[in-house]
Amino acid sequence: MSPQRGRAERTQDMGEQRQATFSVWRGDHQTGKFVDYKTTVSEGMVVLDAIHQIQAESASDLACRWNCKAGKCGSCSAEINGKPRLMCMTRLDVLDMTQPVTVEPMRSFPSIRDLVTDVSWNFKVKKRIKPFKPRKPDAEDGTWRMYQADVERVQEFRKCIECFLCQDVCHVLREHHKHDEFAGPRHFVYQAALEMHPLDVEERLGQVKGENAIGYCNITKCCTKVCPEHIAITDNAIIPLKERVNDEFYDPITKLFRMFRARPKADRKD
Amino acid sequence: MGTPQCITHEHQVLIIGAGGAGLRAAIEAASTGVNVGVVCKSLLGKAHTVMAEGGMAASMGNVDDRDNWRVHFADTMRGGQYLNNWRMAEIHARQAGDRVRELEAWGAIFDRTRDGKILQRNFGGHKYPRLAHVGDRTGLEMIRTLQDHGIHQGIEFYMEFTVLEILMDGDRVAGAVGYDREKGRFHLWKAPAIVLATGGIGRAFKITSNSWEYTGDGHALAYRAGAELKDMEFVQFHPTGMVWPPSVRGILVTEGVRGEGGVLRNSQGRRFMFDDIPDLYKNQTASDPEEGWRYVIGDKDAQRPPELLTRDHVARCIVREIREGRGSPHGGVYLDIAWIKEKMRNSEAHIRKKLPSMYHQFKQLAGVDITKDAMEVGPTTHYAMGGVNVDGQTQMSTVKGLFACGEVAAGLHGANRLGGNSLSDLVVFGKLAGEHAVEWARAHPNPTIDNSQVQSICRAALEPLERSGGESPYEVQATLQDMMQDKVGIVRKESEMAEAIDGIASLRKKAACASVPGNIEYNPGWHTAVDLHNLLVVSEAVARCALDRKESRGAHFRDDYPAKDEAHASHNTIVYRGADGAMVVERREITAMPTELSDIIKEMG
Ligand SMILES: Cc1cc2nc3c(=O)[nH]c(=O)nc-3n(C[C@H](O)[C@H](O)[C@H](O)COP(=O)(O)OP(=O)(O)OC[C@H]3O[C@@H](n4cnc5c(N)ncnc54)[C@H](O)[C@@H]3O)c2cc1C
Ligand code: SF4
Ligand code: SF4
Ligand code: FES
Repeated sequence: MSPQRGRAERTQDMGEQRQATFSVWRGDHQTGKFVDYKTTVSEGMVVLDAIHQIQAESASDLACRWNCKAGKCGSCSAEINGKPRLMCMTRLDVLDMTQPVTVEPMRSFPSIRDLVTDVSWNFKVKKRIKPFKPRKPDAEDGTWRMYQADVERVQEFRKCIECFLCQDVCHVLREHHKHDEFAGPRHFVYQAALEMHPLDVEERLGQVKGENAIGYCNITKCCTKVCPEHIAITDNAIIPLKERVNDEFYDPITKLFRMFRARPKADRKD
Repeated sequence: MGTPQCITHEHQVLIIGAGGAGLRAAIEAASTGVNVGVVCKSLLGKAHTVMAEGGMAASMGNVDDRDNWRVHFADTMRGGQYLNNWRMAEIHARQAGDRVRELEAWGAIFDRTRDGKILQRNFGGHKYPRLAHVGDRTGLEMIRTLQDHGIHQGIEFYMEFTVLEILMDGDRVAGAVGYDREKGRFHLWKAPAIVLATGGIGRAFKITSNSWEYTGDGHALAYRAGAELKDMEFVQFHPTGMVWPPSVRGILVTEGVRGEGGVLRNSQGRRFMFDDIPDLYKNQTASDPEEGWRYVIGDKDAQRPPELLTRDHVARCIVREIREGRGSPHGGVYLDIAWIKEKMRNSEAHIRKKLPSMYHQFKQLAGVDITKDAMEVGPTTHYAMGGVNVDGQTQMSTVKGLFACGEVAAGLHGANRLGGNSLSDLVVFGKLAGEHAVEWARAHPNPTIDNSQVQSICRAALEPLERSGGESPYEVQATLQDMMQDKVGIVRKESEMAEAIDGIASLRKKAACASVPGNIEYNPGWHTAVDLHNLLVVSEAVARCALDRKESRGAHFRDDYPAKDEAHASHNTIVYRGADGAMVVERREITAMPTELSDIIKEMG
């Protein structure tokens, strides 16, 4: 037996209810259009709940991705009233419900079906990035010592849930389609996490500058604004990486200075 | 209907599942140089493991040096009410520390102690602070570390593919058949060794912390391949899920909240957990709130607060409060971490630092600021202790060449899992499963594929798309979830479970004539229809095992047999498919522990 028994009792428990319209993108990799669905909404609902309800009531083949329903897995990215967001973390009460709510897939990626896009490009880019390479263990038992203060900024980057909303919004990808040359904000966050990892000894800046073309980023900060994990993508990841690239490739004096000091990479001053 | 086409792949080891267990198994297998494939229903990095919050248990003793594997072993066995596979509990306790340190070597960054080691936190049922963690997003750290390491090991990943069935060659496995979501094409994987790492069964219940993936696929695949399932009556209802608003009901509130000092109160403001402390834990529990708080802040002489008793017990106490009319307005109780402001000056910042995603989750989804106000919480279906019966050492099931690890495997947790023991379970036994799968594959190459098996699997899968006017799979699923929640949930009794078993039989008929509109490409209605068959198998297994265990123990509570019964103290419940296709339930005696292990238990009291 559960604390709540029976459907009737549960429905009573739903708080205030009303009708709302959702204008959902339906289509495949070639064409598509917005289709309006009406459904009943109640207090506390998020957009993903509405989509699930529409699936159960009137469009069982409506395709979307989700897993955790709590902003932890980064599966349910979409554009809601034109803004890139997680469907599971977007409460209806922050939207104007007097108008139809538009829900469409991320537009910077090829469409697969309905709200599902082909994000495989991101996985390919990541695979090309040099993997983590730790220094020799600090202690005899093969372990390392790291201090909380030294790992905090890397922990910020490691909060990334790979929702790819930042990739979706970045104009270098969205408008200029530089997918072949530019790694996008998510992968600068990833590289910043590796570059500033206290144990990592890999040389990364060549790749950041060359293959991943950080130079294309002109710091519009659109990526930071949409990040559901509130990672300061531009200020904490991209700008410090740009500075390091600058020091490395364009500022021989700093570089020389650093060589003499031979400080571990993680201690470099940003 | 024509002959469905199948795209063929070949691997020496095929791993089904890309959570912590599957990824760790794949990395291990690939390290030996064999050809490894990994199939998963979602994108890489999205499996359930990503949601784990509180931490992973390993007796590294970084915070309290009295801890060691023997204490961890004893805690795990006590938590599992001694129904655990003691060999697995031993291996897990001995190896968990190495697996945590290995994650660090692969790039994970756990929170740190003052002297720069991996920090460990308190959790229910663990005698000492034992959970390595990263705030309350430990699972993300684990899965991302394994993913980022795994993609460089030459493993082939099949993302958004679902395995439908295991293929047999006589009494050994030969491969698997499945489909890809994007195009709905069928695929055949030939493989002499298969590792199931498919996770749990939470979608069998209405209120759950689990995602759409948790339809018990691995359990059902193994069962249909002839393997035994074990301990299916033990379903963990986590005491603290969100209860309000309705749309978030069931979403998990990590035990880390209580580990950091959160307390449970009823509508009268009473800390009701002090009212009922089980005998097994009497001398390990604080005698008053003051001692409980001292424990939280690391006083080694203090015992833990009763909020950190095992999950089964805390969940039942909460149900009792709600049933007896002392619940919160939305049918839960209060979980309060804000109160620690009485004890520390910067409590708000502390809570946000230690529990960032809980802060976020409540703020955003419920409009509650947990640094200021109490949360409303109630039990939610969380974890399956039961699963595929495996050999404790090799992780091989009772079917040759079929291995299982992680949540889909049974044994480590017995009647109740301790928090944090799952993440460590994944990597300890993922590694072993990978290792032994390679051994098997090398010794038994080239099984024969039976094409008629392949064809009939594909045809059966297509049926819901070819029918029209049948049952809606969503409706059948919802009915099943309601029924399991009401009749085979936290508090069970014979008559209700018998009704559930009948109900499952009639839902099986409905599922057999479910139909879905639309085409085969990325059609969630079709996927739901296909998964239903698995959900029904695991639901039946849970109900039948629960009916057979006429006592209350661990996570299994019977209204009609509310006490523990010695007659059930030393057997596991096994189910398998009988010769006539019906489910057979069998009680199996647990072999006695060797004295070196039973001595540990005696010593730890
Ligand atoms: C919200 C939450 C918080 C938790 N917190 C903790 C914690 O703090 N500490 C702890 O120890 N445990 C915790 N747990 C439990 C723990 O996270 C899970 O038990 C564990 O992650 C399961 O890992 P796994 O590798 O066995 O399976 P999963 O990570 O669930 O992976 C299963 C994989 O199998 C795939 N799969 C399933 N079926 C098929 C199929 N038919 N075909 C192909 N692929 C398939 C899925 O796609 C997925 O990739 C928590 C669980 C939840 C839900
Ligand atoms: S700041 Fe740079 S990476 Fe971010 S959106 Fe703007 S151009 Fe793209
Ligand atoms: S950086 Fe933020 S927006 Fe970008 S993928 Fe990660 S979580 Fe999403
Ligand atoms: S479903 Fe996981 S982030 Fe939305």
